[in-house]
This record gives sequence, structure tokens and C-alpha cells, in this order.
Amino acid sequence: MYRYDDYDRALVKARVDQFRDQTARWQAGELGDEEFRPLRLQNGLYMQRHAPMLRIAVPYAMISAAQLRVLAAIAREEDKGYAHFTTRHNLQYNWIPMARVPEVLARLAEVEMHAIQTSGNCIRNVTSDQFSGIAPDEVVDTRPLAEIIRQWSTFHPEFAFLPRKFKIAVHGAERDRAVVQVHDIGLHLYRDDKGEVLARVWVGGGLGRTPILGEIIHEGLPWRHLLSYMEAIIRVYNLEGRRDNPYKARIKILVKALGIEEFRRKVDAEWASLKDGPATITDAELARVSAYFTAPAYAQLPDTDADYEARLASDKAFARWVQQNVHAHRVPGYRAVTLSLKAKGQAPGDITDTQMDAVADLADAYSFGELRSSHEQNLVLSDVELRKLPELFDKAKALKLASSTVGLLTDIICCPGGDFCDLANAKSIPIAKAIMERFDDLDYLHDIGELDLNISGCMNACGHHHVGHIGVLGVDKNDEEWYQVTIGGRQGNDTRLGKVIGPSFAAADMPDVVTKLLETYVSLREPEERFVETVVRVGLDPFKLSVYGESARDRANKKKEAENG
Amino acid sequence: MAEILKNGQVHSDNWQVLHLEADTDPAAQTVAPGQWLVPFNVWVAQRDAFKTRAGEIGVWLSATDDLNAVAAEFAAWPLVAIDFPKFTDGRGYSIAWRLRNHHKYTGELRAIGNVLVDQLFFMLRVGFDTLALDPKVSTEIALKHLTPFPDTYQGSTDNPEPLFRQVDRVLGGARS
Ligand code: HEM
Ligand code: SF4
Repeated sequence: MYRYDDYDRALVKARVDQFRDQTARWQAGELGDEEFRPLRLQNGLYMQRHAPMLRIAVPYAMISAAQLRVLAAIAREEDKGYAHFTTRHNLQYNWIPMARVPEVLARLAEVEMHAIQTSGNCIRNVTSDQFSGIAPDEVVDTRPLAEIIRQWSTFHPEFAFLPRKFKIAVHGAERDRAVVQVHDIGLHLYRDDKGEVLARVWVGGGLGRTPILGEIIHEGLPWRHLLSYMEAIIRVYNLEGRRDNPYKARIKILVKALGIEEFRRKVDAEWASLKDGPATITDAELARVSAYFTAPAYAQLPDTDADYEARLASDKAFARWVQQNVHAHRVPGYRAVTLSLKAKGQAPGDITDTQMDAVADLADAYSFGELRSSHEQNLVLSDVELRKLPELFDKAKALKLASSTVGLLTDIICCPGGDFCDLANAKSIPIAKAIMERFDDLDYLHDIGELDLNISGCMNACGHHHVGHIGVLGVDKNDEEWYQVTIGGRQGNDTRLGKVIGPSFAAADMPDVVTKLLETYVSLREPEERFVETVVRVGLDPFKLSVYGESARDRANKKKEAENG
Repeated sequence: MAEILKNGQVHSDNWQVLHLEADTDPAAQTVAPGQWLVPFNVWVAQRDAFKTRAGEIGVWLSATDDLNAVAAEFAAWPLVAIDFPKFTDGRGYSIAWRLRNHHKYTGELRAIGNVLVDQLFFMLRVGFDTLALDPKVSTEIALKHLTPFPDTYQGSTDNPEPLFRQVDRVLGGARS
């Protein structure tokens, strides 16, 4: 993975010193709260319900065992012994006192980590595919260009005070695992017939209160122009994006208002003078950064192993784990393994300090000391020998990190919600826990098959509810917590936003609602059909009917009558 | 007399910023004797009258002024300023960048308005050369915060070359 050189190190250290000084000036009253606010946000520091929340960047999902140990130590010594992995690879602490933050950042800098631009109206941490570099369907390893984008966006002098946050995601595989279409800029890297890396550039995607899928602004952009082209996009946005209303300030609103044609025209006009200028990425720079992402020293291994096969045949629990949590690898004899952070009773994405230490040990023992954080809020050991899978399973199980549910109903994506977040309309973690509690029969979960259930505690959509096969959104009705349900959303190459099924529910009803949705699916599905495919084929009505009963049919009939009459 | 920052030092300076009074026609806005930065629309409306005050009338720009129209007029102005109505309004950075790079403005470019300490580095990078601090900011503190970072990853007006073109970054390694 990328390692800092003297330049990176000096910059991150300078940032720590800068933030220490800013904090001191704020404490001394030289900086007002309002002036300090964007400065702390650009260092990942939010003021939340109970305490400040500190968000640490995990650039494009890569994290080392050594880094994870430091994250564990910080959780233990500065926080309450746990931390939370988010849907953007990052890690959040919930209880670190404000005055300690500069020290924590200094400690992170020693292991080449930071919280730079993890919040605020600037270019945020670049996200990517958690299987970059190892996925069999990968066409371009995104990590070198993602690192080049990280450096370019870091302390960008022109783009530190954009109208609103700006998120860039990159993927380079046949299947999009980075949800690029819900980002301000989404990049899909591929190759032309000569092997040259090109980008399809999407712009104006985003979730939140006005969910919009991105549109293609440029097809076939050669990799060396990525920075200058993005500079053109962001300059146009910086100058023309709305600043009168934060809910209308994302680039998606500008792109919609202008229309993609007009927006493209403006970007092209801006780009004309930048193209082939100094921001053009050089072969030497790409080669330099790519050299950090060379393959580890893989052994020559057969793609099978007798003990592994024997265990597979004799141990159903192991076989299930392999089926759900073990992923194909481009190197024979190797697999990627998801360590699930979705054990029953656990807040999705949460991890304790002892678990982090243990995972670091697993990464050292089984995966060349490297791991990834996925946007589904799990951890991934990227390079595990197939023959070591049985022993890894046993160890992961002892750590409660082997729930064989990756990709299934209880692999819930969930934001911190009302338990932690000031903006929440409703709690989200208890809903996740109640659903995990209800559906703990593995046979049933496996029978139901692939299903994304995503929960957000308000319309900001940090839990990606719009793109869940089942999406749950916390809403506030007369100071009470209610939950609106959408179905049919999905991520991936055919990203779609889910549709609302009807009036919202009380928290206590949510497990029943999910049960009814699943029953409907089971009764209607065709062989091999996933939940979301059934929804697409049969539409919302059968699901509404099962959830709302006859009242739904009555309403539907009345509506028809009204339309006919 | 006001203080401004220039080349890392404090300079005193007589320029004052004129804001169009409410409900006033730009053509009717009075401009007292002395050195004034006037809004672009006031300058357009009174350009002929200002000819007699050479060196005394500069222009400050807001985010809504048309830069193409502005660019045609540079030659007549001793000073151009860009207003930051609020320090979180980042349009001024891109306006400055465009003035310097698209419109090739080479004269003095001043940041005015809500100009605070922790943004000065960015302002100097995108092309401002003089900084008129917000009155509540201590000049002494500001001077200590002009260069918080030793290097810059990306190009801008101050140095269009990104770090990877400035230096030879050897793998894993030391400064060259
Ligand atoms: C607890 C403190 C948090 C606050 C105050 C917060 C705030 C927000 C806000 C206001 C938005 C809407 C942005 C917009 O529509 O312009 C948003 C979106 C988002 N946040 Fe959070 N968030 C928090 C935590 C999280 C966490 C824990 C995650 C990951 C689990 C996360 C990931 C995201 C994502 C993925 C989006 C939606 C994508 C988009 O930007 O359109 N946030 N957040
Ligand atoms: S979705 Fe709402 S409740 Fe959940 S973390 Fe985001 S802002 Fe908070």
C-alpha cells in the first residue's frame, strides 16, 4: 500500500501543528466558534449529541495492521474502547474530548494517518472498491490514481470552501462496488483496445434529501487528464453552485438546474485551457505511485487444498462462511475474506479495541499485514491462502467476526442515528439490532439470499437507504420516531433509487414489516431470483398489500376510481 | 490609514472600500476624494468621470460580476480587489484564479471583506498579493500564519507545477 515519503510526512505533520495551534487559538478566544467550525470539520471533528465525533480517513479503503493497532490504542486510551467504520471506509470515534484531538492526530500521523478533509465543504476522502488489486473482474487497479487524487485534493487552495461537501468515488472493475453514481464525481476506469486507461466520468450524483443518480459528463477521458478535468468541474461548481440554501448546494442541484448539456459545455470551456497543462499526470508520477501497490509476495499455490475441501464437506457452518464471506481472488490459491462487523447485538460497523488488535494480528498472520474497510461497514483481509481458511474461520469466530451473513439481510448498513447524531430524526441502531434479533436463523437467511437492508436515521442518508433493496428511513412525526420503508433500490452497475411503499411505521413494527416483505418475496419468487429482482418483476403492489393489508388495496382502488372518474 | 499584508510584511495604505448605498443608482453614488475601491457597477457607470482621478479609483469585484467584462478594463485600474462577503464563501478563490490565469491580470490583487487568518495561505496561492484583513484580526497573528505548509501537492497560481513536477519523489523516500 502507499507509504508516505518525506513530503507527505512533512505535510501531515504541518497539519497537526496547524490544528493544534487553531485549537489553542479557539480555546484562548482568538477564534470564535463560527470561525473554528469549518477548521475543525476539515479535520474530521464534529460536535455531536454527547461529545465530539472524530472521523479518521481511510483512503480508498486501505489500512495496515500497524495502523489498526494504533486505532485500537486510541479507542482504548482516548475513547470508550470502540470505534465505528462508516459507509465511506472511514473510522469514527465518538467520545474523544476536544482538547485531546491534536494529540490523537499527532499519534495518527506517526502511522501515516490523518483526518484531513473527512468533513466540511471540501473534497472528501476518495472512496473505492474494497477489492481493488485483487478482484478477478478488475480491469484497472484504482489505487494509484486514487492516491494521486488524494494528494491533489489535499489542501487544494481553491476548493477548501465549496458550496457543499464533495465526494469522489472510483471503480475499475466490471462490477461497480463503489456506488460511483451516487457521488459528486464518479469515475469508472477501464481500458481501450490498446490497453490505455480511460475514465467514464459521472457527475452530480448524491443521496441526502434529494437523491439523484449521476449523469455521464465525459466518456473515454484518458487517465492523464483526470486532475485537470476534475479541476474544471469543481471550478464551475465552486463559482456557480448555490450558496443560499445548504440543501440545494450540492453539485447535483447545479447539474439538474443547468442540464447536463449546458453543464458539460461550461466544464469543457473551462477545461480547454487546462488540458495538457501542468496538472496533467505524468507517466513518471503514475509509475512512482503504482510502485507502492505492487502485488505482495504471493506463494505459488494450487487452487485447492485437501484439508480445506474436507472441512467444507463436513462442517456446514464453515461451508456457509466460505459461501458468504470468502471472495474470489485473481491469484490461484488465494481468497479475500470479509470479517463481518454485523454480529447479533452489535451496532453495524462498530468494533472494539480488542477486536481491532486481534484483526491486526490476523492481517499479519494471514494477509501480508494489510486489510480493507468496505462501504458495507465490514473489514476485508485481502490476500488469504485458501489452505489457511479453516484456521482463520476458527479464529474469526472466536472473535465474533465470522457472522456468515455478508450480502444477506442482516449485513445491515446503518448510520449512527439518534443514539449519536445530532441531526437524526430517529434512532437507527435499535432497528438494526431488532432485525438482527428477529432474523437469526441462518438457514432462513441463506434461503432468502442476497438482500441489502440499509438504514438511515434521517434524510441525510448516511446509511444509503435509497440504494438498499430494502431501505429504512427515520422520520419525525410530531416528535415521535417513525420509519419509512422503500424497496427496489440497488447499488452496482444498475444503481437505482428505491420506491416508498406507503405510510411509515413505529419502531416496534419494523421486524414484522420486514417479515411480511420477505414472505411476499418467498411466495412470488422464481427460481434463482433475488429479492430485488422479484420487486422489479412484480412491482410494489403485492408487497404493499402484504404489509398494509386490505387498506392498501382499498386505497389503490379508490385511486383508480378517482382516476377513471 | 489601514494596514495590509504584502510580501509577508505590514504596509500602511490609504485605499478605502466603497459600498454602494442602499437604493442608490451606481451612476449617482458619490465617491469622496481619496483612493477608493469602488464596486464594478459604479465604475462602469462613472468611468468617464473617473478619468480625471487616475490612480485613485480601483475596483472591487463580487462573485456576480462578469469577469469577461471586467477583463477588458484592467488597464485603467491601479488596483483590483475581490470581496469575501463571508470567509466560508469560497467563490473568491476561483475568481482570483481565473483573473490571473484566464484573464492574465498581472497587477495588484487584493482580498477584502471577511479575510481571516486561516485562509491567508490559500489566498496567496490562488493569486492574491495583498491582503486587507478583517478589522477583528490581529495583524501580528496573521503574519505568523502565512505559510502553514512546507510544500504544495497541487499547482495553483503561485506555482502551477504540482509537487510531482517540482521534485523527484523517490520511492519511499527522502527529500531530493
Ligand atoms: C454522526 C455524524 C454525522 C453527521 C452530522 C452527518 C451529516 C451528513 C449530512 C448532513 C449529509 C447530507 C449531505 C447532503 O445531502 O448534502 C450526510 C450524507 C452522508 N453521510 Fe453523513 N453524517 C454523519 C455520520 C455519517 C456516518 C457515520 C456515515 C457512514 C456510516 C456517513 C456517511 C454519509 C453518506 C454515505 C452520505 C450520503 C451520501 C451523500 O453525500 O450524498 N455519515 N451526512
Ligand atoms: S443519516 Fe441522519 S441520523 Fe444518520 S448519521 Fe446521517 S445525519 Fe445522522
